[in-house]
Amino acid sequence: MLDCGLDMTSTLHFLPLPLVQSPRLSNLPGWSLKDGNAFLDKELKECSGHVFVDSVPEFCLPETELIDLSTVDVILISNYHCMMALPYITEHTGFTGTVYATEPTVQIGRLLMEELVNFIERVPKAQSASLWKNKDIQRLLPSPLKDTVEVSTWRRCYTMQEVNSALSKIQLVGYSQKIELFGAVQVTPLSSGYALGSSNWIIQSHYEKVSYVSGSSLLTTHPQPMDQASLKNSDVLVLTGLTQIPTANPDGMVGEFCSNLALTVRNGGNVLVPCYPSGVIYDLLECLYQYIDSAGLSNIPFYFISPVANSSLEFSQIFAEWLCHNKQTKVYLPEPPFPHAELIQTNKLKHYPSLHGDFSSDFRQPCVVFTGHPSLRFGDVVHFMELWGKSSLNTVIFTEPDFSYLEALAPYQPLAMKCIYCPIDTRLNFIQVSKLLKEVQPLHVVCPEQYTQPPPAQSHRMDLMIDCQPPAMSYRRAEVLALPFKRRYEKIEIMPELADSLVPMEIKPGISLATVSAVLHTKDNKHVLQPPPRPIQPAGGKKRKRASDDIPDCKVLKPLLSGSIPVEQFVQALEKHGFSDVKVEDTAKGHIVLLQEAETLIQIEEDSTHIICDNDEMLRVRLRDLVLKFLQKF
Amino acid sequence: MDPECSQLLPALCSVLADPRQPVADDTCLEKLLDWFKTITETGSSLLLVQENPCLVTLLCHVLKPQDLSPRVLAFSLRLAGVLAAHEDCFQYLQQGELLPSLFGEAGPLGGAAWAAPTVRSGWIQGLRSLVRHPSSLRFLAHCGAVDTIFSLQGDSSLFVASAAGQLLVHILGLSMQGSAEGHPSLPPADWPACAQKIVGHIEESLRSAATPQIAQALNVLTTTFGHCHDPWTQVLWVRLSPLVACLLEKDPVPAAHSLVDLLLSVARSPVLSSSSCGLWETLAQTLSRLSPTQAGPLALGILKLQECPQALRAQAFAVLLQPLACVLEATAPVIGLPSSPDGTAGASLTADSLLPSRAACVGLLCRTLAHLELLQPLPQRPSPWPQAPLLGAAVTVLRLCDGSATPTSDAGRHLCAFLVGCVRVQRAALDFLGTLSQGAGPRELVTQVFAVLLEYLTSPDSSPTVLKKAFQATFRWLQSSPEPLGGGDLEPHAQLFLRELLPVLPKRLCSPCWEVRDSSLEFLTQMTRRWGGQASFRRVLLASEVPELTEQLLRDPESYVRASAVSAMGQLSSQGLCVTPASPEHPEAQQKSLLAELLHILSTDSEGFPRRAVMQVFTQWLRDSHTDVVANTERFVARVLQVASRDLDWEVRSQGLELALVFLEQTLGQPSSHCPYAVTPPTVAPLSPVAQALRPLCRVQLFEFAFRALFDCDRPVAQKSCDLLLFLRARTASYGGLEDSGGGPDAASVEAALQRWQSGDQGQPLGELEPKAVVAVLRSLDLEGLRGALAESSDRMGKSPRSLLQDVLATAGILGENEADCY
Repeated sequence: MLDCGLDMTSTLHFLPLPLVQSPRLSNLPGWSLKDGNAFLDKELKECSGHVFVDSVPEFCLPETELIDLSTVDVILISNYHCMMALPYITEHTGFTGTVYATEPTVQIGRLLMEELVNFIERVPKAQSASLWKNKDIQRLLPSPLKDTVEVSTWRRCYTMQEVNSALSKIQLVGYSQKIELFGAVQVTPLSSGYALGSSNWIIQSHYEKVSYVSGSSLLTTHPQPMDQASLKNSDVLVLTGLTQIPTANPDGMVGEFCSNLALTVRNGGNVLVPCYPSGVIYDLLECLYQYIDSAGLSNIPFYFISPVANSSLEFSQIFAEWLCHNKQTKVYLPEPPFPHAELIQTNKLKHYPSLHGDFSSDFRQPCVVFTGHPSLRFGDVVHFMELWGKSSLNTVIFTEPDFSYLEALAPYQPLAMKCIYCPIDTRLNFIQVSKLLKEVQPLHVVCPEQYTQPPPAQSHRMDLMIDCQPPAMSYRRAEVLALPFKRRYEKIEIMPELADSLVPMEIKPGISLATVSAVLHTKDNKHVLQPPPRPIQPAGGKKRKRASDDIPDCKVLKPLLSGSIPVEQFVQALEKHGFSDVKVEDTAKGHIVLLQEAETLIQIEEDSTHIICDNDEMLRVRLRDLVLKFLQKF
Repeated sequence: MDPECSQLLPALCSVLADPRQPVADDTCLEKLLDWFKTITETGSSLLLVQENPCLVTLLCHVLKPQDLSPRVLAFSLRLAGVLAAHEDCFQYLQQGELLPSLFGEAGPLGGAAWAAPTVRSGWIQGLRSLVRHPSSLRFLAHCGAVDTIFSLQGDSSLFVASAAGQLLVHILGLSMQGSAEGHPSLPPADWPACAQKIVGHIEESLRSAATPQIAQALNVLTTTFGHCHDPWTQVLWVRLSPLVACLLEKDPVPAAHSLVDLLLSVARSPVLSSSSCGLWETLAQTLSRLSPTQAGPLALGILKLQECPQALRAQAFAVLLQPLACVLEATAPVIGLPSSPDGTAGASLTADSLLPSRAACVGLLCRTLAHLELLQPLPQRPSPWPQAPLLGAAVTVLRLCDGSATPTSDAGRHLCAFLVGCVRVQRAALDFLGTLSQGAGPRELVTQVFAVLLEYLTSPDSSPTVLKKAFQATFRWLQSSPEPLGGGDLEPHAQLFLRELLPVLPKRLCSPCWEVRDSSLEFLTQMTRRWGGQASFRRVLLASEVPELTEQLLRDPESYVRASAVSAMGQLSSQGLCVTPASPEHPEAQQKSLLAELLHILSTDSEGFPRRAVMQVFTQWLRDSHTDVVANTERFVARVLQVASRDLDWEVRSQGLELALVFLEQTLGQPSSHCPYAVTPPTVAPLSPVAQALRPLCRVQLFEFAFRALFDCDRPVAQKSCDLLLFLRARTASYGGLEDSGGGPDAASVEAALQRWQSGDQGQPLGELEPKAVVAVLRSLDLEGLRGALAESSDRMGKSPRSLLQDVLATAGILGENEADCY
């Protein structure tokens, strides 16, 4: 199984979970059907023309119907965003296999899961709505609730215990490490340049190579650069995890982010940045580190609030070997690779596990707050949205591309605060993809259907699709695709003692052949040729002969022949040996040599020679020996 | 040649001739050659050679088989050429068979040294200098050098190949000069043998199947027609034009770029009466035969011609417009614009064929836009100029580049995919759009222009260079928008645009990219200078955060930005647009005045650019009688001069002199009775007018500043100061004698102090000077002499031939006394 992501956009249909009781949210009117029937008014609330589920948020799981997940042997994880569904798979499907991921992926993935669990568990909600999921009722609901699919499979968040159990099934791997899977294939993670420890995977046998490219970046940000060279010579390249906002250039967006932040703060407003606790935030803090002095923002406090803020900031500093070259060299100076260390040291950046406690005493405005969750449905961000939403001096800046910012903002309407959308997605865009594909030249590209056509809203933008030759094979949800290659060869090892006994004969310059008699031993998809067992002398016949003691029938083999018979010379040889009436006829497949007097026919074809003579064994043997003289034996 | 140089010359020659000696560097050898050229141009070469036999010895010596450096060999060949440029010296050298040995088969030509490109180049340049007289032509014919030159046209070194071509042109010109004088239209069959040989070679090359050979022939012809406008060139063209026309029948046309150059060179030649030569037909044919990329430069060249048939101009213009016509056709066929702006061409070409790949499309569009930009301001540009379709095309290209165009055809979609995000095309299109502001356009299109400019100025994806171009184009369009009746203010549409534009500026001023902040400030400065006095602009600007943000950028970490912020603030303040509200962060802090802030920058900024900008602002303020300055002009000037005099940057000091000059003009230019600064102490007897006028200058210590500058280690500062003091002396000369008002150092002590300053000891100040002492010092100083000395270049000593010879010898270790060179 390649990756194990969790679709969190389902949470956008739910009402936010406020940290403290929000009169506004709790007083939202219940929704009733057009005919006035109000049986759903406890489950569904209406806010500024949108209908939300008033319940604990639920998540959309990976496809479980198509295959039995208990039969999955291995899960390969690309990056920490692509493992958020892991506890659902490992704990509830009978999965008994192994999960492979790099260390930073596991550590930061744990932080993301921990934050998620914490955000949801710390504001327990008594109510769990399920009535609306009934198919007959769902049909009556307004859009977009009416159009959501497979709501019955949505699940509440996992627990920390499940997280720990799931993570214990992960085996850590390093870049370029070769991992044998049941002898059948070898898998290797390669740096993908997107996030700390993010990987692309190569799955290869001796004769076939499949690359799985997911969430990669060619930009110079904090992680180790993408390893492109190792992706060359792939039979198939499975491509996914491209940028979600191909029209937004990350550099331009960072510029927008900084400018809007500065403008807001200068006017005395506060800036709220809903974000994940790891990833782009490191780069944003680095940009701000360089920017705040030039923008005269040295006195503005930056707050990072997350249950895992401290761990995230510290983890980033210790994964030196997973960082880009510049940051790695800093470690040897020794200096912290990320400049946020200095921001913390100089008190410009302060981090807190939550709103409660120290934060409330340190809190000073105007300020900039980085906090989760980017969906605006849970986490400390909900509190700040409620707190700052009423003033037009404040600004919320969206940098994470995973959620539609308009949908995220829907339950907070009407909103006075400014909203700026600066999605920063460093993953590959289509121009970079075409350069990459030109560079690594896979025989076939396989990708989601969406990548093979321009976005529906911009159908003229032919630059926003994958353009490669041969055209990419596309797939859609729940489609089964046969990859365009067949396994035609297997590698077989030969034991040294057996190899020793071989006597190769050169049949053509550079090509030698040898006959082998051996036992083919196959175990764990590995094939080995072993010397045949020696014939065992029968031991008196007292012991009962067991089936397993059967010795293969090792008759003395006739030598193998090779080469071709030059007809003219053969005829000359026949004449020399006293056959005077030789006649040669050409056939479609070769020649027929006719010995008229002896009523004998020699049929010479590319891969066979027949001597047809009636009951004259002597003659046949003579002719056979003549034929053999022209052939090589070994 | 002066005797000292004559004395050094033998040693120099022996150093050069000695393979064991380190060879002086190329620049020394070049300088030596320049020197010899000057001597031979002003005097007799023969005399030079006779008086300095070492030169001939050197030339003979280099011919001996030895391991001589290629540089020295090349130098000797060039020297021989320079010397033999005079016929008498040529004959002298010929007597010793020296020239055939140097330039003939027996010389370096046949040896191993020929492998060095320097030697081949020296050989050509030597001949280039030598071929000046009929004897030299005979010499060439005799030693068979022309054939060698032919072969050198294809030399692996581009310099050698190009020089060989030029030498051929020179030889052809010289040989025709002598023979054609009496018969300007001599048929080629009667031309001198040498010319016939060259023309024959050109003909042969033009008939060749090898493109490089054709290109060589075309290049020789291009240079010939470009440099020589004698009547024989017309005969030559008549003879060769059929061969040139034959090239057009080949597919593809070989050496198209060289062909274009040749045709344009012929078309520009004043002697070729084009109508009789079939040139226009050839040009028309070439335009239709070449690919759009190749034909572009030809079309532009044709359109730049002063005189040219109208039909050809129309054809050339259509060719030039083809790419844009294709863009329009592929993206907006429904709009009803003609397929080409003049409606004649481009119908057969589609975007697919004209703009086949991304690289080709980008290259062609950039060139087309650049060509049209060059053409637009020319008086001979095509008329009527298709302003509206061109505007439409420029806007469409820009929209394709930012992805906002919505083409309906496949070709348009392909174009969009090629151009999206292409910075090169964006820059070219914005430049072109800016140029188009010179002409009017339909209201609807102008609205589109402003809309697309606004998109570019707003878009986060605009690269810093694109943004800069967008600002420039915006300014030009705003500038060109017509003033409404009654004058004064901006026209309503421009005002509307300005209201949308101003909110963009604050974001740009906060950009993390310094280039963006810088170009935004430059734009703001331009805008304020142009419209700062107009109500609508003032209203919109003051309602925005721009003035405050600009003020904050005075403390930007990037020095260029600080400099631009200084200029912008200076301009805003001049127009009374500087608001100084209390900072929201520190409401209690008293806002510093801008003058104090700028003075602070002038005295403390570590970079030169902001300090220079401050000086410019101050000078402008003084000129414009800025309120902050007028409040106490003397104090202002005194403080600025005091700070500027200590500045390490000579441009700041020089600007200080500029400011002093403005003050001087203001002070002396006023009639003394109205001079507001001439305070008359009631206890002292009335001063003479000159003293009255000079007193304020003394009070601001302008003289101390100027005298210090007079001995400045940077020449431009000293020159400027000298000019200022000369101006001052001229102004004071008309005044009568001065009375001594007592106090201050007398003229003698000032002069003594100045002498110390001149010798480098500038520590001691002059003290408070009195007008009398100043006038006396001004009269006693040899300012003219000083100006003369300063006018000579500062390396005049180092450039003398003697110094050059000494340098070469010192490098070789011959002159011991120069060992401790100050360098």
